Amino acid sequence: MSAVIEGHHDDHHHGPAKGITRWLYTTNHKDIGSLYLWFSFIMLFIGGAMAMVIRAELFEPGSQIVSPEFYNQMVTNHGLIMVFGVIMPAFVGLANWLIPMQIGAPDMALPRLNNLSFWILPAAFGVLLATFFMEGGAPNFGWTFYAPLSTEYAPPTVTYFIFAVHIMGASSIMGSINVITTILNMRAPGMTLMKMPLFVWSWLITAYLLIAVMPVLAGAVTMMLMDIHFGTSFFKAGGGGDPVLFQHIFWFFGHPEVYIMILPAFGIVSHIIETFSRKPIFGYDSMVYAIASIALLSFVVWAHHMFTVGMPIAGELFFMYSTMLIAIPTGVKVFNWLSTMFKGSLTFETPMLFAIAFVALFTIGGLSGLMLAIAPADFQYHDTYFVVAHFHYVLVPGALFSIIAAVYYWLPKWTGYMYDEFMGKTHFWLSFVSVNLTFFPMHFVGLAGMPRRIPDYAMQFADYNMIVSVGAFLFGLSQLLFLYVVLKAIIYGKKATGQVWEGAKGLEWTLDSPPAYHTFETPPNLEAGEAKG
Amino acid sequence: MSSDSSYYVPESSKLPIFMAFGLLLFVLGAGSTINDLGKESSNSYILLMTSFAVIWGVMFVWFSNVINENNKGMYSDQLNQSFVWGMAWFIFSEVMFFFAFFLALGYVRMFSVPWLGGEGEKAITNILWPAFEATWPVMVTPDNETFPGAEKNMNMPGITKLHTWLPFWNTLCLVTSSGTIALAEAALKKGKRAAFKSWMVVTISLGFIFVFLQGLEYYEAYAHMGLTLGAGIYGTTFFLLTGFHGFHVCLGAIILTIMTIRGFGGAFSEHDHFGLAAGSWYWHFVDVVWILLVLVVYVF
Amino acid sequence: MTPGVNAIAQEIFGLHMTIFWICVVIGALVLGFMVFLIIKYRKKEGVDPADFDDNPKLELTWTILFAVILVGMAIPATTTMIKAYDDEEGDINILITGHQWKWQYEYMEDEVSFFSNLLTSLDARNNIAPKTENYLLEVDEPLVIPVNKRVRFLITANDVIHSWWVPDFAVKQDAIPGFINTAWTYVDEPGVYRGQCTELCGVYHGYMPIVVKAVSDSEYKDFIQGKRDLKAQQALLTEKLWETDELFAIGEEVYLKNCVACHQVNGAGIPPVFPALAGSEIVMNDKGRQVEILMEGVQGAAMQSYAEQLTEVEIAAVITYTRKAWGNDAGGDGEIVVPKEILDYKNNKL
Ligand code: HEA
Ligand code: HEA
Ligand code: HEC
Ligand code: CUA
Ligand SMILES: [Cu+2]
Repeated sequence: MSAVIEGHHDDHHHGPAKGITRWLYTTNHKDIGSLYLWFSFIMLFIGGAMAMVIRAELFEPGSQIVSPEFYNQMVTNHGLIMVFGVIMPAFVGLANWLIPMQIGAPDMALPRLNNLSFWILPAAFGVLLATFFMEGGAPNFGWTFYAPLSTEYAPPTVTYFIFAVHIMGASSIMGSINVITTILNMRAPGMTLMKMPLFVWSWLITAYLLIAVMPVLAGAVTMMLMDIHFGTSFFKAGGGGDPVLFQHIFWFFGHPEVYIMILPAFGIVSHIIETFSRKPIFGYDSMVYAIASIALLSFVVWAHHMFTVGMPIAGELFFMYSTMLIAIPTGVKVFNWLSTMFKGSLTFETPMLFAIAFVALFTIGGLSGLMLAIAPADFQYHDTYFVVAHFHYVLVPGALFSIIAAVYYWLPKWTGYMYDEFMGKTHFWLSFVSVNLTFFPMHFVGLAGMPRRIPDYAMQFADYNMIVSVGAFLFGLSQLLFLYVVLKAIIYGKKATGQVWEGAKGLEWTLDSPPAYHTFETPPNLEAGEAKG
Repeated sequence: MSSDSSYYVPESSKLPIFMAFGLLLFVLGAGSTINDLGKESSNSYILLMTSFAVIWGVMFVWFSNVINENNKGMYSDQLNQSFVWGMAWFIFSEVMFFFAFFLALGYVRMFSVPWLGGEGEKAITNILWPAFEATWPVMVTPDNETFPGAEKNMNMPGITKLHTWLPFWNTLCLVTSSGTIALAEAALKKGKRAAFKSWMVVTISLGFIFVFLQGLEYYEAYAHMGLTLGAGIYGTTFFLLTGFHGFHVCLGAIILTIMTIRGFGGAFSEHDHFGLAAGSWYWHFVDVVWILLVLVVYVF
Repeated sequence: MTPGVNAIAQEIFGLHMTIFWICVVIGALVLGFMVFLIIKYRKKEGVDPADFDDNPKLELTWTILFAVILVGMAIPATTTMIKAYDDEEGDINILITGHQWKWQYEYMEDEVSFFSNLLTSLDARNNIAPKTENYLLEVDEPLVIPVNKRVRFLITANDVIHSWWVPDFAVKQDAIPGFINTAWTYVDEPGVYRGQCTELCGVYHGYMPIVVKAVSDSEYKDFIQGKRDLKAQQALLTEKLWETDELFAIGEEVYLKNCVACHQVNGAGIPPVFPALAGSEIVMNDKGRQVEILMEGVQGAAMQSYAEQLTEVEIAAVITYTRKAWGNDAGGDGEIVVPKEILDYKNNKL
């Protein structure tokens, strides 16, 4: 078949369509990237507002502003939204913007699928938020939705929750298939795997993790559905099942999931530190191997969330050792970042500040994770605020800071406008101080014995909780500043150059700022050059 | 075959947003239908049906577009390679979906059932269920009043009685059909269209026979063996594993039927038949799952 | 973290401190080095950045170093783990059952069983009454155990997963419906030890504390004897002739302690999850069904059976109370239930 098709060459080169349909019908990776990022930003404010409710309730002992029932709904939806609605979509948005530009591809491999992956998300979260107004109220069983609290004892809205999780999973799977296909199939000639920028590497591996575990989550919620409505007994001892089986399946998904929320961050931070150190990344190869080993290990550590469910001792020990092993590749990454800075020529623009804070505070979160991995000690830590402190340290100054850093770093590239450096730095310092004010004292209340997921607490935890709440309000307000800086850059910003940052390397910096609507329609040839990220 | 070397990126498309809308309807429809189960009157199924109509409608248009674009030669080799990767990783995700259910089966057989029955490291649990003994398949459940166990199970009755055992015929159908589809593909590659078509018809027929036999088996289970979804963990894992597998066989059979119809309509060439190849991979995947399933669900 | 009151808790505390200091040192080194880098290598005019990009020997060194540190941590962790998991029978075996939202303790050797509820008043929780020292950590009936005995806990649950945690014993075990987990303790200091449920178990997860009183052996024996006598007395009480007012008064007390969490003080419930009792058709006109609900619970709902938790008198009283209070007696048949009826119900079932 060799018929020449009319039309398609002409519609190739004009810019975006006008109006709302541009966003509804778009197949352009840059548009879809922006959609994801804005979606995630909105969800951050919704999930953050829920965190504010939590912190207001915990400001003092005694019942403050919400009922225990509503408190549980807040905690559950805060967790779900932050994980599935903020961090993951933000990373997918960055992947959409950056991967094609970093590997010299004209777009994502499967552009229509790409649009579908995005538009599923508002549908899923729309339904999730709508459950607040339905009979029985929103899901209230924690973001880990352990059976049987989430099955026999759940509000009727759990059915909607289950199907929302299904399509959310479909979105992630399609998104990941797209990422993998793009990276494997659409690199510019000359860009071998070991020359790919680290962000691309981190996403390649993340996408594998997603494809491997999202279907398992789908399986878990399907079993819940069957147990609730069709009389099966997966999680019922009376029929021969086991509630703990749910936890095994959930965490088989859940633990890789937490690394899904950090690996792309590793990629981002590597780029930023390299740029502002004006020095090539230290140990590129070991960085790649480290990401890969973290990903592989993440499949065999899941039961470290379940040290207190009464596993046989062999299980406890196995999961303790395997979890501890993860400190090695992660430590390699941390040391490589430090070595990249060593003898560099450092400057401290806003993205660099966030990246440095990432390395420092992620290390703190990682070390507390290592403490949690020590099974007998976890008997005392488990389900206390010590765990809450751990995961907020890796998620907020970890994943979230890396996303903020990425936005500052690439915003001039995306929009063509520079953000206000002074305001950016103000935003950083406010965030940095308040994030520690919020999450550091949680270690102490946790060790003092405060359980998580409670709307009210004993008197001895009062002082620290008040500090935490004040910190949280401050941190929340600081994020309003972030919104302001971004909007200001888009509306009043100075023009940015193509290079933007003195030390930045990689294909995306060879493009104009903002890049044309379609870039790399003919792939750049890198056979000669060096494209290492 | 492709004539264009640049990578085809459609400028925009209305399909995905309609699909997303269909999925939104699906979530609302499925959620409300299931929540209304057992209620006297409920119209929520209309929403669910509408969502299916939208989803299938969009799929139809979407695939037709892709076929047309391909026929017009808009797809480069590179783009075709993207489809290959896409399909491969999609199948991998399906493998992981089944993995969750196999994991569940393995867990209950290795841990929860023995523990409940007073064996292994957590044998002490048995004081809650003093009457329960661990066997597999579990015919008497720990709480046999709420979850009355099955009267009979589906296990292999022994080599001599193999011919009376439905899963044996099922296995035969599916394994054979995996072979016949390979023959169909080989025929197509050699340009023997008549052979290609007949092998496809054989494949599909085997597929539908499988589905029919599976239906028969379910009927037997419910009508004569007391083996139901509510029959404790054995019924649970039996139906969920075979059920999801059967569902995938149906999907695969539908895909292959469409491919066959297209084949009769003159589609596919010796070198350009990705749709068929994808369908055939899917079919092989369904076959492999079945073999694993027979081993752990029926035989051991 | 609390050092705890027995050997294993102290050992875990020691382990925690060891790991903690290792982490602090690593953290301090990493952060310190970082600060050094930030100060030392800020961009200066005329100084060019170096351009090395790896150093395999160095990388191998620190990889090995990490592994060595981890092995150093794993060894004490393993020995402690093995000690904590020792599963021998105890001198005393107590079956602990988690319910939404209270604990049930059953002394397996002595056939004594009782429930332990939160004591803190609603007023204190709603900031109307002042909060005492043990706000939210006080119960009506603590678990009593003897010192210097090996006490083994068999932990399970009746509805959803709970988790039984007493920090001073370093015991935290999930209570899983249908399964039994074990844990043990050996206390040498008499005292009162407090903990909380640590697995999200529904609305009132934050309100199911644990209080354990460790007492001398003789006090323990008295306690068990007292519980047995009480049981015998209560059996007698069902024979007595009861006045409505008497029942109403007891019923009010029972109601405030056991039912308000869901059905609320004014009987209005929190629909749709927790139905109102005020104006309920069942409560007003269907005595038989109401007895049945109290005795059997409602399958699949938070409404559980009270047959074991409350005595016959208390059940009869609380039913009487609900049928008289909030205007229910005006709207309904106004019949009351006496303890004998509950006893008959029980006997009929046997
Ligand atoms: C981005 C997300 C993220 C990341 C990266 C991690 C990283 C780690 N986590 Fe965390 N974790 C969560 C998110 C994350 N976690 C969440 C959300 C939960 C709670 C879920 C819930 O219950 O709701 C959780 C809970 C959780 C638990 C369960 C606690 C409990 O419920 O009782 C455990 C236990 O082992 C654990 C361990 C670890 C470990 C060992 C790492 C390691 O990867 C950390 C490795 C890093 C370092 C160690 C620091 C850097 C290394 C060096 C400087 C080298 C030198 C160091 C040594 C040689 C020691 N995590
Ligand atoms: C990536 C994930 C992520 C992120 C970013 C956050 C961000 C925050 N989280 Fe959360 N959190 C989780 C993931 C995350 N969390 C998870 C998984 C759980 C477990 C859930 C469970 O137990 O099931 C949890 C649980 C959790 C708890 C424990 C609740 C409990 O166990 O009872 C608390 C308590 O303080 C908390 C607080 C916060 C705060 C103060 C922030 C802040 O960083 C939020 C800051 C952001 C904003 C505030 C939004 C921006 C600003 C505005 C909306 C303007 C308005 C501002 C004001 C009025 C001040 N989170
Ligand atoms: C844990 C929460 C909880 C507690 C505590 C509780 N109930 Fe209930 N109760 C429920 C729920 C939920 C239902 C609804 C069951 C259903 O029909 O689905 C219910 C139903 C009832 C009904 C039937 C009402 C009707 O109109 O259907 C009565 C009567 C009742 N409870 C009495 C009591 C009494 C008396 C107590 C205290 C001794 C009590 N309940 C304690 C949760 C609770
Ligand atoms: Cu019981 Cu939490
Ligand atoms: Cu984990």
